[in-house]
Amino acid sequence: VSAIQGTGSRLFPRGNRSRAGAGLSATEALVLLIPALLPIVILSVAPLIRGIYLGFTNARAGLDVPTNFIGLDNFRVLLKDDLFINSFKIGLIWAVSVTAIQFVLSLGLAILLSQQLRGRWLARSLALVPWAMPAVVVGIMWKLFFQPQAGVLNEILRRGHLPGENLDWLSSFQWALPAVIFVGVWAGMPQTTVALLAGLQSIQDDLHEAAAVDGATAWQRFRTITLPQLRPVIIAITSLDFIWNFNSFGLVYVLTEGGPAGKTQLPMLFAYNQAFKYGEFGYASALGNAMVVVIAGALVFYLWGRLREASS
Amino acid sequence: VIVSSHPTRARTGQYLVLLAYILFLGFPLLWMLSVSFKGPRELVELYPSFIPADPTLENYRIALTENELVRSAVNSLKVATITALLTTAIGLPAAYVLARRRGLISRLGLGWILLSQMFPLILIIVPLFLLLRDLKLTDSHAGLILVYMVWALPFILWMLQSYVRGIPRDLEEAATVDGATRFQILVGIIAPLLAPGVVVTTLFAFITAWNEFFFALVILQTPELTTLPLKLAQFVGIEGIVRLGPLAASALLATAPSLILFTIIQRWLTRGLLSGAVKG
Repeated sequence: VSAIQGTGSRLFPRGNRSRAGAGLSATEALVLLIPALLPIVILSVAPLIRGIYLGFTNARAGLDVPTNFIGLDNFRVLLKDDLFINSFKIGLIWAVSVTAIQFVLSLGLAILLSQQLRGRWLARSLALVPWAMPAVVVGIMWKLFFQPQAGVLNEILRRGHLPGENLDWLSSFQWALPAVIFVGVWAGMPQTTVALLAGLQSIQDDLHEAAAVDGATAWQRFRTITLPQLRPVIIAITSLDFIWNFNSFGLVYVLTEGGPAGKTQLPMLFAYNQAFKYGEFGYASALGNAMVVVIAGALVFYLWGRLREASS
Repeated sequence: VIVSSHPTRARTGQYLVLLAYILFLGFPLLWMLSVSFKGPRELVELYPSFIPADPTLENYRIALTENELVRSAVNSLKVATITALLTTAIGLPAAYVLARRRGLISRLGLGWILLSQMFPLILIIVPLFLLLRDLKLTDSHAGLILVYMVWALPFILWMLQSYVRGIPRDLEEAATVDGATRFQILVGIIAPLLAPGVVVTTLFAFITAWNEFFFALVILQTPELTTLPLKLAQFVGIEGIVRLGPLAASALLATAPSLILFTIIQRWLTRGLLSGAVKG
Protein backbone atom coordinates (compact mmCIF):
# COMPACT_ATOMS: atom_id res chain seq x y z
CA VAL A 1 0.00 0.00 0.00
CA SER A 2 2.67 2.45 0.95
CA ALA A 3 4.46 1.87 -2.34
CA ILE A 4 1.35 2.88 -4.26
CA GLN A 5 0.91 5.94 -2.13
CA GLY A 6 4.56 6.71 -2.56
CA THR A 7 4.35 6.85 -6.32
CA GLY A 8 1.03 8.65 -6.04
CA SER A 9 2.52 11.44 -4.06
CA ARG A 10 5.13 11.97 -6.70
CA LEU A 11 2.48 12.20 -9.41
CA PHE A 12 0.92 15.23 -7.77
CA PRO A 13 3.35 18.12 -7.61
CA ARG A 14 2.63 20.01 -4.44
CA GLY A 15 3.81 23.15 -2.74
CA ASN A 16 5.62 23.21 0.54
CA ARG A 17 2.48 23.94 2.55
CA SER A 18 0.71 20.79 1.47
CA ARG A 19 3.51 18.40 2.43
CA ALA A 20 2.09 17.33 5.74
CA GLY A 21 4.51 16.96 8.59
CA ALA A 22 7.59 17.40 6.52
CA GLY A 23 6.32 20.80 5.47
CA LEU A 24 5.54 22.13 8.93
CA SER A 25 6.25 25.82 8.64
CA ALA A 26 8.67 27.32 11.14
CA THR A 27 5.82 29.10 12.93
CA GLU A 28 3.73 25.95 13.18
CA ALA A 29 6.69 24.02 14.49
CA LEU A 30 7.38 26.69 17.08
CA VAL A 31 3.78 26.78 18.29
CA LEU A 32 3.84 23.01 18.75
CA LEU A 33 7.22 23.11 20.47
CA ILE A 34 6.56 25.93 22.93
CA PRO A 35 4.57 23.97 25.55
CA ALA A 36 7.55 21.64 25.99
CA LEU A 37 10.25 24.17 25.22
CA LEU A 38 9.30 26.69 27.90
CA PRO A 39 9.50 24.30 30.87
CA ILE A 40 12.65 22.76 29.46
CA VAL A 41 14.38 26.13 29.19
CA ILE A 42 13.11 27.49 32.52
CA LEU A 43 13.30 24.34 34.63
CA SER A 44 16.09 22.38 33.00
CA VAL A 45 18.50 24.29 30.77
CA ALA A 46 18.64 27.47 32.87
CA PRO A 47 19.03 25.62 36.19
CA LEU A 48 21.70 23.43 34.64
CA ILE A 49 23.70 26.46 33.53
CA ARG A 50 23.17 28.04 36.94
CA GLY A 51 24.22 24.77 38.57
CA ILE A 52 27.46 24.72 36.60
CA TYR A 53 28.03 28.35 37.60
CA LEU A 54 27.24 27.68 41.28
CA GLY A 55 30.23 25.34 41.32
CA PHE A 56 32.41 28.45 41.04
CA THR A 57 30.72 30.24 43.94
CA ASN A 58 30.50 29.89 47.70
CA ALA A 59 26.69 29.52 47.66
CA ARG A 60 25.20 28.17 50.87
CA ALA A 61 21.74 27.08 51.86
CA GLY A 62 19.61 29.53 53.83
CA LEU A 63 17.88 32.71 52.78
CA ASP A 64 19.75 36.02 52.47
CA VAL A 65 23.17 34.40 52.44
CA PRO A 66 25.34 36.36 49.99
CA THR A 67 26.81 34.32 47.15
CA ASN A 68 30.18 35.30 45.74
CA PHE A 69 32.12 34.16 42.72
CA ILE A 70 35.25 32.46 44.01
CA GLY A 71 36.71 31.07 40.81
CA LEU A 72 38.39 27.71 41.18
CA ASP A 73 38.57 27.73 44.98
CA ASN A 74 36.01 24.93 45.35
CA PHE A 75 38.03 22.73 43.03
CA ARG A 76 41.25 23.44 44.93
CA VAL A 77 39.55 22.32 48.14
CA LEU A 78 38.08 19.36 46.31
CA LEU A 79 41.43 18.00 45.19
CA LYS A 80 42.64 17.99 48.79
CA ASP A 81 39.41 16.51 50.16
CA ASP A 82 40.05 12.86 50.99
CA LEU A 83 36.32 12.20 51.21
CA PHE A 84 35.88 13.46 47.67
CA ILE A 85 38.75 11.39 46.29
CA ASN A 86 37.45 8.37 48.16
CA SER A 87 33.89 8.78 46.89
CA PHE A 88 34.98 9.25 43.28
CA LYS A 89 37.22 6.22 43.50
CA ILE A 90 34.32 4.19 44.85
CA GLY A 91 32.04 5.71 42.22
CA LEU A 92 34.36 4.58 39.43
CA ILE A 93 34.83 1.09 40.88
CA TRP A 94 31.07 0.79 41.29
CA ALA A 95 30.14 2.16 37.86
CA VAL A 96 32.76 0.16 35.94
CA SER A 97 32.08 -3.12 37.78
CA VAL A 98 28.31 -2.84 37.62
CA THR A 99 28.37 -1.88 33.94
CA ALA A 100 30.81 -4.64 32.99
CA ILE A 101 29.13 -7.44 34.95
CA GLN A 102 25.72 -6.26 33.83
CA PHE A 103 26.86 -6.34 30.23
CA VAL A 104 28.25 -9.87 30.40
CA LEU A 105 25.22 -11.25 32.26
CA SER A 106 22.74 -9.41 30.05
CA LEU A 107 24.44 -10.57 26.88
CA GLY A 108 24.29 -14.17 28.08
CA LEU A 109 20.64 -13.79 28.99
CA ALA A 110 19.78 -12.06 25.72
CA ILE A 111 21.42 -14.88 23.74
CA LEU A 112 19.44 -17.46 25.72
CA LEU A 113 16.22 -15.53 25.26
CA SER A 114 16.74 -15.45 21.51
CA GLN A 115 16.80 -19.27 21.41
CA GLN A 116 13.75 -21.49 21.24
CA LEU A 117 13.86 -22.57 24.87
CA ARG A 118 10.90 -23.64 26.97
CA GLY A 119 10.41 -21.42 29.99
CA ARG A 120 12.16 -18.45 28.47
CA TRP A 121 8.99 -16.37 28.96
CA LEU A 122 9.58 -16.69 32.71
CA ALA A 123 13.16 -15.49 32.47
CA ARG A 124 12.06 -12.69 30.15
CA SER A 125 9.35 -11.47 32.51
CA LEU A 126 11.63 -11.74 35.54
CA ALA A 127 14.38 -9.88 33.73
CA LEU A 128 12.01 -6.94 33.26
CA VAL A 129 10.75 -6.81 36.86
CA PRO A 130 13.55 -4.62 38.30
CA TRP A 131 12.63 -1.97 35.74
CA ALA A 132 9.21 -1.56 37.31
CA MET A 133 10.42 -1.54 40.90
CA PRO A 134 11.21 1.64 42.82
CA ALA A 135 14.93 1.75 43.66
CA VAL A 136 13.90 2.03 47.30
CA VAL A 137 12.03 -1.27 47.13
CA VAL A 138 14.95 -2.98 45.37
CA GLY A 139 17.10 -1.75 48.24
CA ILE A 140 14.69 -3.05 50.87
CA MET A 141 14.43 -6.40 49.10
CA TRP A 142 18.18 -6.94 49.09
CA LYS A 143 18.46 -5.73 52.66
CA LEU A 144 16.16 -8.64 53.52
CA PHE A 145 18.41 -10.91 51.47
CA PHE A 146 21.65 -9.79 53.16
CA GLN A 147 20.16 -9.40 56.64
CA PRO A 148 22.55 -11.19 59.03
CA GLN A 149 20.02 -13.23 61.06
CA ALA A 150 16.73 -13.45 59.17
CA GLY A 151 18.40 -13.05 55.77
CA VAL A 152 18.51 -15.87 53.29
CA LEU A 153 22.11 -15.53 52.18
CA ASN A 154 23.59 -16.40 55.56
CA GLU A 155 21.10 -19.24 55.93
CA ILE A 156 22.28 -20.72 52.64
CA LEU A 157 25.89 -20.35 53.80
CA ARG A 158 25.00 -22.01 57.12
CA ARG A 159 23.31 -24.95 55.46
CA GLY A 160 26.18 -25.37 53.02
CA HIS A 161 28.72 -25.05 55.86
CA LEU A 162 30.38 -22.24 53.96
CA PRO A 163 32.39 -19.39 55.49
CA GLY A 164 30.73 -16.05 56.11
CA GLU A 165 27.56 -17.32 57.72
CA ASN A 166 27.61 -14.77 60.53
CA LEU A 167 28.65 -11.84 58.40
CA ASP A 168 26.69 -8.60 58.38
CA TRP A 169 27.39 -8.05 54.68
CA LEU A 170 26.18 -4.48 54.30
CA SER A 171 28.09 -3.29 57.38
CA SER A 172 31.31 -5.09 56.54
CA PHE A 173 34.27 -2.93 55.48
CA GLN A 174 35.34 -5.62 53.08
CA TRP A 175 32.02 -6.83 51.71
CA ALA A 176 29.70 -3.81 51.64
CA LEU A 177 30.91 -2.55 48.25
CA PRO A 178 30.85 -5.97 46.50
CA ALA A 179 27.38 -6.61 47.96
CA VAL A 180 26.12 -3.26 46.73
CA ILE A 181 27.64 -3.87 43.29
CA PHE A 182 25.83 -7.20 43.14
CA VAL A 183 22.53 -5.44 43.81
CA GLY A 184 23.35 -2.77 41.24
CA VAL A 185 23.86 -5.48 38.62
CA TRP A 186 20.49 -7.04 39.44
CA ALA A 187 18.70 -3.69 39.30
CA GLY A 188 20.11 -2.71 35.91
CA MET A 189 19.60 -5.99 34.04
CA PRO A 190 16.35 -5.04 32.23
CA GLN A 191 17.46 -2.09 30.11
CA THR A 192 20.69 -3.80 29.08
CA THR A 193 19.05 -7.13 28.29
CA VAL A 194 16.24 -5.54 26.28
CA ALA A 195 18.66 -3.45 24.24
CA LEU A 196 20.95 -6.40 23.51
CA LEU A 197 18.01 -8.68 22.71
CA ALA A 198 16.68 -6.17 20.20
CA GLY A 199 20.16 -5.93 18.73
CA LEU A 200 20.43 -9.71 18.44
CA GLN A 201 17.06 -9.95 16.73
CA SER A 202 18.11 -7.44 14.10
CA ILE A 203 21.01 -9.68 12.98
CA GLN A 204 20.02 -11.66 9.91
CA ASP A 205 19.75 -15.40 10.41
CA ASP A 206 21.15 -16.16 6.96
CA LEU A 207 24.58 -14.86 7.99
CA HIS A 208 24.66 -17.46 10.77
CA GLU A 209 23.32 -20.19 8.54
CA ALA A 210 25.90 -19.50 5.85
CA ALA A 211 28.68 -19.58 8.42
CA ALA A 212 27.31 -22.81 9.91
CA VAL A 213 27.31 -24.39 6.46
CA ASP A 214 30.94 -23.34 6.10
CA GLY A 215 31.65 -25.29 9.28
CA ALA A 216 32.15 -22.41 11.72
CA THR A 217 31.69 -23.36 15.37
CA ALA A 218 29.21 -21.58 17.60
CA TRP A 219 32.01 -19.66 19.29
CA GLN A 220 33.53 -18.63 15.94
CA ARG A 221 30.16 -17.43 14.71
CA PHE A 222 29.61 -15.53 17.93
CA ARG A 223 32.95 -13.77 17.56
CA THR A 224 32.88 -13.08 13.85
CA ILE A 225 29.19 -12.39 13.25
CA THR A 226 27.26 -11.65 16.44
CA LEU A 227 29.74 -9.41 18.24
CA PRO A 228 30.67 -7.15 15.28
CA GLN A 229 27.01 -6.78 14.30
CA LEU A 230 26.08 -5.93 17.88
CA ARG A 231 28.89 -3.42 18.32
CA PRO A 232 26.81 -0.21 17.95
CA VAL A 233 24.19 -1.48 20.41
CA ILE A 234 26.88 -2.64 22.84
CA ILE A 235 28.68 0.69 22.78
CA ALA A 236 25.46 2.66 23.21
CA ILE A 237 24.05 0.63 26.08
CA THR A 238 27.31 0.26 28.01
CA SER A 239 27.94 4.01 27.74
CA LEU A 240 24.42 4.77 29.00
CA ASP A 241 24.75 2.19 31.78
CA PHE A 242 28.02 3.73 32.87
CA ILE A 243 26.48 7.21 33.05
CA TRP A 244 23.39 5.95 34.89
CA ASN A 245 25.45 3.94 37.33
CA PHE A 246 27.92 6.71 38.08
CA ASN A 247 24.97 9.01 38.83
CA SER A 248 23.09 6.42 40.86
CA PHE A 249 21.65 7.40 44.23
CA GLY A 250 18.49 5.80 45.64
CA LEU A 251 19.58 2.18 45.70
CA VAL A 252 22.74 2.62 47.74
CA TYR A 253 21.10 5.29 49.90
CA VAL A 254 18.62 2.69 51.10
CA LEU A 255 21.09 -0.19 51.29
CA THR A 256 23.92 1.42 53.25
CA GLU A 257 23.54 5.24 53.21
CA GLY A 258 27.13 5.25 52.02
CA GLY A 259 28.45 3.33 55.01
CA PRO A 260 30.24 1.67 56.65
CA ALA A 261 32.62 4.60 57.11
CA GLY A 262 32.10 5.81 53.54
CA LYS A 263 32.97 2.46 51.97
CA THR A 264 29.96 2.70 49.63
CA GLN A 265 29.68 6.47 49.42
CA LEU A 266 28.98 7.03 45.73
CA PRO A 267 29.61 10.56 44.38
CA MET A 268 25.89 11.40 44.32
CA LEU A 269 25.49 10.44 47.97
CA PHE A 270 28.50 12.55 48.88
CA ALA A 271 27.16 15.49 46.87
CA TYR A 272 23.68 15.11 48.36
CA ASN A 273 25.10 15.23 51.88
CA GLN A 274 27.19 18.30 51.06
CA ALA A 275 24.19 20.12 49.61
CA PHE A 276 21.28 19.12 51.81
CA LYS A 277 22.87 18.01 55.05
CA TYR A 278 25.57 20.67 55.36
CA GLY A 279 24.02 23.29 53.06
CA GLU A 280 27.18 23.66 50.95
CA PHE A 281 25.42 24.41 47.65
CA GLY A 282 28.51 25.81 45.96
CA TYR A 283 30.73 22.91 46.93
CA ALA A 284 28.07 20.34 45.96
CA SER A 285 27.73 21.99 42.55
CA ALA A 286 31.49 21.86 42.14
CA LEU A 287 31.21 18.14 42.85
CA GLY A 288 28.54 17.92 40.15
CA ASN A 289 30.88 19.62 37.70
CA ALA A 290 33.64 17.21 38.62
CA MET A 291 31.23 14.32 37.99
CA VAL A 292 30.47 15.63 34.51
CA VAL A 293 34.19 15.88 33.80
CA VAL A 294 34.80 12.32 35.03
CA ILE A 295 31.88 10.94 33.03
CA ALA A 296 32.90 12.79 29.88
CA GLY A 297 36.53 11.73 30.33
CA ALA A 298 35.60 8.09 30.85
CA LEU A 299 33.31 8.12 27.81
CA VAL A 300 35.92 9.70 25.55
CA PHE A 301 38.46 7.14 26.73
CA TYR A 302 36.00 4.29 26.18
CA LEU A 303 34.69 5.41 22.80
CA TRP A 304 38.20 6.15 21.58
CA GLY A 305 39.25 2.63 22.53
CA ARG A 306 36.25 1.11 20.75
CA LEU A 307 36.89 3.20 17.66
CA ARG A 308 40.50 2.06 17.46
CA GLU A 309 39.34 -1.50 17.95
CA ALA A 310 36.82 -1.14 15.12
CA SER A 311 39.33 0.33 12.68
CA SER A 312 42.08 -2.20 13.41
CA VAL B 1 20.40 -18.89 16.21
CA ILE B 2 23.60 -20.24 17.67
CA VAL B 3 23.84 -23.96 17.08
CA SER B 4 26.47 -26.12 18.67
CA SER B 5 28.10 -29.21 17.23
CA HIS B 6 26.76 -31.20 20.21
CA PRO B 7 23.06 -30.32 20.05
CA THR B 8 21.70 -32.24 23.07
CA ARG B 9 24.57 -31.47 25.39
CA ALA B 10 24.39 -27.81 24.40
CA ARG B 11 20.62 -27.76 24.99
CA THR B 12 21.02 -29.15 28.49
CA GLY B 13 23.69 -26.58 29.21
CA GLN B 14 21.44 -23.82 27.96
CA TYR B 15 18.58 -24.93 30.18
CA LEU B 16 20.88 -25.05 33.21
CA VAL B 17 22.12 -21.53 32.54
CA LEU B 18 18.55 -20.32 31.98
CA LEU B 19 17.58 -21.84 35.32
CA ALA B 20 20.47 -20.05 37.00
CA TYR B 21 19.25 -16.76 35.52
CA ILE B 22 15.70 -17.42 36.71
CA LEU B 23 16.98 -18.10 40.22
CA PHE B 24 19.19 -15.02 40.25
CA LEU B 25 16.39 -12.78 38.98
CA GLY B 26 13.46 -14.26 40.86
CA PHE B 27 14.77 -15.57 44.14
CA PRO B 28 15.13 -12.23 45.99
CA LEU B 29 11.55 -11.41 44.99
CA LEU B 30 10.27 -14.70 46.38
CA TRP B 31 12.26 -14.17 49.56
CA MET B 32 10.66 -10.76 50.12
CA LEU B 33 7.26 -12.37 49.50
CA SER B 34 8.12 -15.08 52.01
CA VAL B 35 9.25 -12.58 54.67
CA SER B 36 6.04 -10.59 54.20
CA PHE B 37 4.00 -13.61 55.35
CA LYS B 38 6.12 -14.41 58.40
CA GLY B 39 5.12 -13.54 61.93
CA PRO B 40 7.46 -11.56 64.23
CA ARG B 41 8.58 -14.66 66.12
CA GLU B 42 9.57 -16.54 63.00
CA LEU B 43 11.58 -13.55 61.79
CA VAL B 44 13.92 -13.51 64.79
CA GLU B 45 14.56 -17.24 64.65
CA LEU B 46 18.09 -18.14 63.77
CA TYR B 47 17.25 -20.66 61.07
CA PRO B 48 14.81 -18.99 58.70
CA SER B 49 12.94 -21.22 56.28
CA PHE B 50 11.90 -20.36 52.80
CA ILE B 51 8.25 -21.27 53.23
CA PRO B 52 6.72 -19.51 56.26
CA ALA B 53 5.97 -22.06 58.97
CA ASP B 54 2.95 -20.15 60.14
CA PRO B 55 1.86 -17.81 57.33
CA THR B 56 0.06 -14.68 58.47
CA LEU B 57 -1.51 -11.60 56.91
CA GLU B 58 -0.68 -9.57 60.00
CA ASN B 59 2.19 -7.75 58.24
CA TYR B 60 -0.15 -6.53 55.53
CA ARG B 61 -2.65 -5.38 58.13
CA ILE B 62 0.09 -3.44 59.91
CA ALA B 63 1.36 -2.01 56.62
CA LEU B 64 -2.08 -0.76 55.69
CA THR B 65 -3.09 0.65 59.07
CA GLU B 66 0.10 1.96 60.68
CA ASN B 67 2.82 4.26 59.36
CA GLU B 68 0.36 6.14 57.12
CA LEU B 69 1.34 4.10 54.10
CA VAL B 70 -2.07 4.68 52.58
CA ARG B 71 -1.78 8.43 52.84
CA SER B 72 1.63 8.28 51.10
CA ALA B 73 0.05 6.11 48.42
CA VAL B 74 -2.62 8.74 47.84
CA ASN B 75 0.09 11.41 47.58
CA SER B 76 2.05 9.27 45.12
CA LEU B 77 -1.09 8.61 43.09
CA LYS B 78 -1.83 12.32 42.87
CA VAL B 79 1.71 13.38 41.98
CA ALA B 80 2.28 10.57 39.48
CA THR B 81 -1.07 11.01 37.72
CA ILE B 82 -0.72 14.76 37.27
CA THR B 83 2.91 14.35 36.18
CA ALA B 84 2.03 11.70 33.61
CA LEU B 85 -0.88 13.62 32.08
CA LEU B 86 0.92 16.95 32.04
CA THR B 87 4.14 15.56 30.58
CA THR B 88 2.38 13.71 27.79
CA ALA B 89 0.21 16.73 27.00
CA ILE B 90 3.14 19.07 26.51
CA GLY B 91 5.39 16.40 25.05
CA LEU B 92 3.07 15.19 22.29
CA PRO B 93 3.05 18.29 20.05
CA ALA B 94 6.81 18.68 20.46
CA ALA B 95 7.38 15.00 19.68
CA TYR B 96 5.42 15.42 16.47
CA VAL B 97 7.72 18.21 15.36
CA LEU B 98 10.85 16.24 16.37
CA ALA B 99 9.70 13.27 14.32
CA ARG B 100 8.43 15.07 11.25
CA ARG B 101 10.61 18.11 10.78
CA ARG B 102 14.20 17.55 9.95
CA GLY B 103 16.46 20.43 10.72
CA LEU B 104 18.17 22.40 13.41
CA ILE B 105 15.34 22.26 15.95
CA SER B 106 14.98 18.51 15.79
CA ARG B 107 18.68 17.94 15.97
CA LEU B 108 18.97 20.27 18.95
CA GLY B 109 15.99 18.58 20.57
CA LEU B 110 17.32 15.05 20.18
CA GLY B 111 20.79 16.23 21.19
CA TRP B 112 19.37 17.71 24.38
CA ILE B 113 17.54 14.45 25.15
CA LEU B 114 20.83 12.54 25.02
CA LEU B 115 22.89 15.24 26.73
CA SER B 116 20.41 15.57 29.59
CA GLN B 117 21.24 11.98 30.53
CA MET B 118 24.84 12.90 31.18
CA PHE B 119 24.41 15.48 33.89
CA PRO B 120 24.28 14.30 37.50
CA LEU B 121 21.04 15.28 39.21
CA ILE B 122 22.93 17.26 41.84
CA LEU B 123 23.81 19.91 39.24
CA ILE B 124 20.16 20.48 38.46
CA ILE B 125 18.55 19.96 41.85
CA VAL B 126 20.47 22.68 43.72
CA PRO B 127 19.44 25.50 41.36
CA LEU B 128 15.94 24.01 41.01
CA PHE B 129 15.65 23.99 44.76
CA LEU B 130 16.65 27.67 44.86
CA LEU B 131 14.16 28.47 42.09
CA LEU B 132 11.33 26.60 43.80
CA ARG B 133 12.21 28.34 47.07
CA ASP B 134 11.86 31.74 45.39
CA LEU B 135 8.48 30.62 44.04
CA LYS B 136 7.49 29.29 47.49
CA LEU B 137 7.05 25.85 45.96
CA THR B 138 9.50 23.76 47.99
CA ASP B 139 7.82 21.24 50.25
CA SER B 140 4.77 21.14 47.98
CA HIS B 141 3.34 18.67 45.51
CA ALA B 142 3.14 21.39 42.86
CA GLY B 143 6.90 21.91 43.08
CA LEU B 144 7.58 18.20 42.92
CA ILE B 145 5.32 17.80 39.89
CA LEU B 146 7.14 20.61 38.08
CA VAL B 147 10.47 18.90 38.72
CA TYR B 148 9.13 15.49 37.66
CA MET B 149 7.69 16.95 34.50
CA VAL B 150 11.00 18.30 33.29
CA TRP B 151 12.89 15.27 34.49
CA ALA B 152 10.57 12.86 32.65
CA LEU B 153 10.33 14.91 29.45
CA PRO B 154 13.48 13.68 27.67
CA PHE B 155 12.36 10.08 27.95
CA ILE B 156 8.75 10.87 27.06
CA LEU B 157 9.80 12.91 24.04
CA TRP B 158 12.09 10.13 22.88
CA MET B 159 9.34 7.52 23.09
CA LEU B 160 6.61 9.66 21.57
CA GLN B 161 8.70 10.79 18.62
CA SER B 162 9.59 7.19 17.84
CA TYR B 163 5.88 6.29 17.84
CA VAL B 164 5.17 9.23 15.50
CA ARG B 165 7.94 8.01 13.19
CA GLY B 166 6.15 4.68 13.10
CA ILE B 167 3.18 6.28 11.35
CA PRO B 168 3.81 6.40 7.61
CA ARG B 169 4.13 9.95 6.38
CA ASP B 170 2.31 8.90 3.20
CA LEU B 171 -0.90 8.68 5.20
CA GLU B 172 -0.68 12.34 6.05
CA GLU B 173 0.32 13.29 2.54
CA ALA B 174 -2.62 11.40 1.08
CA ALA B 175 -4.94 13.25 3.43
CA THR B 176 -3.45 16.58 2.38
CA VAL B 177 -4.08 15.70 -1.24
CA ASP B 178 -7.68 15.07 -0.29
CA GLY B 179 -7.80 18.59 1.06
CA ALA B 180 -7.69 17.94 4.81
CA THR B 181 -6.41 20.75 7.01
CA ARG B 182 -3.49 20.22 9.34
CA PHE B 183 -5.83 20.16 12.34
CA GLN B 184 -8.03 17.55 10.69
CA ILE B 185 -4.97 15.47 9.92
CA LEU B 186 -3.66 15.63 13.47
CA VAL B 187 -6.97 14.83 15.10
CA GLY B 188 -8.48 12.51 12.52
CA ILE B 189 -5.49 10.49 11.36
CA ILE B 190 -2.50 10.89 13.66
CA ALA B 191 -4.28 10.83 17.01
CA PRO B 192 -6.08 7.47 16.60
CA LEU B 193 -2.97 5.76 15.24
CA LEU B 194 -0.84 7.25 17.98
CA ALA B 195 -3.28 6.46 20.80
CA PRO B 196 -1.65 3.18 21.93
CA GLY B 197 1.78 4.81 21.98
CA VAL B 198 0.44 7.76 23.95
CA VAL B 199 -1.19 5.46 26.50
CA VAL B 200 2.01 3.47 26.92
CA THR B 201 4.06 6.64 27.30
CA THR B 202 1.65 8.12 29.85
CA LEU B 203 1.67 4.94 31.90
CA PHE B 204 5.45 4.81 31.76
CA ALA B 205 5.64 8.41 32.98
CA PHE B 206 3.27 7.43 35.77
CA ILE B 207 5.51 4.52 36.79
CA THR B 208 8.70 6.59 36.81
CA ALA B 209 7.05 9.31 38.91
CA TRP B 210 5.52 6.71 41.23
CA ASN B 211 8.95 5.14 41.79
CA GLU B 212 11.04 8.32 42.02
CA PHE B 213 12.95 8.92 45.22
CA PHE B 214 15.77 11.48 44.99
CA PHE B 215 13.76 14.59 44.09
CA ALA B 216 11.06 13.74 46.62
CA LEU B 217 13.75 13.40 49.28
CA VAL B 218 15.10 16.86 48.50
CA ILE B 219 11.85 18.73 47.95
CA LEU B 220 9.36 17.32 50.46
CA GLN B 221 9.71 17.82 54.21
CA THR B 222 6.23 17.78 55.72
CA PRO B 223 5.32 14.21 56.77
CA GLU B 224 1.78 14.65 55.44
CA LEU B 225 3.14 15.23 51.93
CA THR B 226 5.58 12.30 51.63
CA THR B 227 5.32 9.96 48.67
CA LEU B 228 5.60 6.19 48.92
CA PRO B 229 9.33 5.70 48.21
CA LEU B 230 10.11 8.41 50.77
CA LYS B 231 7.86 6.76 53.33
CA LEU B 232 9.49 3.38 52.72
CA ALA B 233 13.00 4.81 53.04
CA GLN B 234 12.04 6.40 56.37
CA PHE B 235 10.61 3.07 57.43
CA VAL B 236 13.99 1.42 56.75
CA GLY B 237 15.80 4.11 58.69
CA ILE B 238 13.62 4.13 61.78
CA GLU B 239 12.49 0.60 62.43
CA GLY B 240 13.21 -1.48 59.38
CA ILE B 241 15.63 -3.79 61.11
CA VAL B 242 13.21 -4.52 63.92
CA ARG B 243 10.09 -4.98 61.84
CA LEU B 244 11.12 -6.82 58.71
CA GLY B 245 7.69 -8.32 58.12
CA PRO B 246 5.69 -5.10 57.82
CA LEU B 247 8.58 -3.58 55.87
CA ALA B 248 8.44 -6.38 53.27
CA ALA B 249 4.65 -6.14 53.08
CA SER B 250 4.77 -2.37 52.62
CA ALA B 251 7.44 -2.66 49.94
CA LEU B 252 5.39 -5.22 48.03
CA LEU B 253 2.21 -3.16 48.28
CA ALA B 254 4.07 -0.08 47.04
CA THR B 255 5.45 -1.96 44.04
CA ALA B 256 2.21 -3.65 43.01
CA PRO B 257 0.73 -0.75 40.99
CA SER B 258 3.85 -0.08 38.93
CA LEU B 259 4.44 -3.79 38.43
CA ILE B 260 0.90 -4.35 37.13
CA LEU B 261 1.04 -1.34 34.81
CA PHE B 262 4.47 -2.35 33.61
CA THR B 263 3.29 -5.86 32.76
CA ILE B 264 0.56 -4.34 30.63
CA ILE B 265 2.78 -1.96 28.69
CA GLN B 266 6.09 -3.80 28.49
CA ARG B 267 5.74 -5.18 24.98
CA TRP B 268 4.93 -1.78 23.48
CA LEU B 269 7.40 -0.05 25.74
CA THR B 270 10.44 -1.86 24.45
CA ARG B 271 9.27 -1.36 20.88
CA GLY B 272 8.94 2.39 21.39
CA LEU B 273 12.27 2.75 23.14
CA LEU B 274 14.32 0.81 20.67
CA SER B 275 12.70 1.08 17.25
CA GLY B 276 14.66 4.18 16.34
CA ALA B 277 17.79 3.19 18.20
CA VAL B 278 18.41 -0.27 16.80
CA LYS B 279 17.35 0.19 13.20
CA GLY B 280 19.73 3.17 13.28
